[in-house]
Amino acid sequence: MNAIPERAAEANFYDVEAIRRDFPILSRTVHGKPLVFLDSAASAQKPTAVIDAVASCYSDEYANIHRGVYFLSELATEKFEGARRKVQRFLNAAEAREIVFTRNATEAINLVASSYGRTFLNSGDEIILSEIEHHSNIVPWQLLRDQTGIVIKVAPVDDRGALLLDRFRALLSKRTKLVALTHMSNALGTVLPVKEIARLAHEAGALVLVDGCQAVPHMPVDVREIDADFYVFSGHKLYGPSGIGVLYAKAHLLEAMPPYQGGGEMIVSVSFEKSTYAPIPHKFEAGTPHIAGVIGLGAAIDYVIATGLSRISNHEHALTTYATERLMAIPGVSLVGTAPGKGSILSFTVERVHPHDVGTILDHHGIAVRAGHHCAQPVMDRFKVPATVRASLGMYNTEAEVDALTAAIRHVREIFA
Amino acid sequence: MSELRDLYQEVILDHAKRPRNFGRPEHFDHEAHGHNPLCGDKIDVFLILGKDDRVEDIRFEGRGCAISMASASLMTELLKGKTEAEAKRLFERFHEMVTHEESGDTLPNAAPDDLERLQVLAGVRQFPMRVKCATLPWHTFNAALASERAETEVTTE
Repeated sequence: MNAIPERAAEANFYDVEAIRRDFPILSRTVHGKPLVFLDSAASAQKPTAVIDAVASCYSDEYANIHRGVYFLSELATEKFEGARRKVQRFLNAAEAREIVFTRNATEAINLVASSYGRTFLNSGDEIILSEIEHHSNIVPWQLLRDQTGIVIKVAPVDDRGALLLDRFRALLSKRTKLVALTHMSNALGTVLPVKEIARLAHEAGALVLVDGCQAVPHMPVDVREIDADFYVFSGHKLYGPSGIGVLYAKAHLLEAMPPYQGGGEMIVSVSFEKSTYAPIPHKFEAGTPHIAGVIGLGAAIDYVIATGLSRISNHEHALTTYATERLMAIPGVSLVGTAPGKGSILSFTVERVHPHDVGTILDHHGIAVRAGHHCAQPVMDRFKVPATVRASLGMYNTEAEVDALTAAIRHVREIFA
Repeated sequence: MSELRDLYQEVILDHAKRPRNFGRPEHFDHEAHGHNPLCGDKIDVFLILGKDDRVEDIRFEGRGCAISMASASLMTELLKGKTEAEAKRLFERFHEMVTHEESGDTLPNAAPDDLERLQVLAGVRQFPMRVKCATLPWHTFNAALASERAETEVTTE
């Protein structure tokens, strides 16, 4: 094991300082201290490559897409559809037309709930969620339940936040029509065994929707290997622009589903008697889309792939292990979410100090963390905490930043001693 | 860090750690539940209103950040003995103090004692996200005033 060939060792070297230089915001200060950004799970910072791609779209190559017969419109269309192919390759989808652009993952889930759900799910049909879903993968299904009478079942997790696979399996029946689960929990960092879940769900005859928001920035994702029927994510958590999201769905499902919204871009012909719809994916992209956002997302994917998702993943795992050790060494700090193999999210509480007070004090050390329920109130209920502090690590975070975090938490303990 | 020191003054930390008038009372005739869904702060305010709508007793129970707990604790100390009108006026002044930059650190038209006591929360002004923490107890008190008088005395046992 010691004899790692020199070239391999070199290839594995992760130059985090070089990566940090690609993110202009990381050199700023907050309250007179260097910014320590530990909230990438809420929204990640943007590399120059993404900022430049968005700027260049507007300054050099902007026009509406799929319309003009003129040079700029054709150029913008080419860039836009080029970004769709980047997303396709990023997820290893079979075809580019399986990629639908939305505003964000929330809209993608609402699209499926609305279009697929209202068409194919009926009263008494069951869907299964996990106990650790983000509100965006709970509320759309509750809206659908109120409209159609479907039944929502919830698969529980253990005290570490790991899914109880047996309990999930026990919920599956021939009434189960859809399983909608997160790939990685935003509140706890738990990574769900989505491939195994999809296999079990398919055996029961159910479809699978995976919320990949937290997963795609941190690990290579292959929708065909998982065999997900639907896979959604948001661009802004993948170091891309806000306001752009992705729905991947198997082509035959998209073809069977009715449009989600009506308007321009999504039709072939319109008369007052009848309209015919464009082929997928355009059927689901009514109106002028977020053109610069899509192009920026394409640049973000290029950047992440060039850096290497496996290398990012290794870096983040090592940093998570380091941060876990450092946090656990502070008296009164308890981690919420300790599932084996979890991602780079550290949710914790500080004894006798409310997370909001922790958040405010950390902010004055220049440290950005999330304090609250993380849009996952059922998770807070499950672990009997009103809220937690969450430090989430991205590709640009360092051990020195983890040290700054632990020093600041010790200061919190001093103030509240 | 001076803003931080303004926010977490000794008095605040003391009230947060040892809140006064804390716990559900055996007898009360008005109550309200306050909740800040953003941060999960929860507070219940219990009142006994006497003659002339005077606050005869006020207690609270809840869970939240240091700012909300200290604000609730201070509030209960200040409101005991106040009339409804006096209490509402004090809330208005307090609200002004924690939301308006230009209001300075003084509370015009408030009794000097009350003014002094509430000053410790003036630091919240520098933390717009935390203003709601400081005002939640007062909003809950207002809701308790507006609530129906409990028909019978409620006991916890």
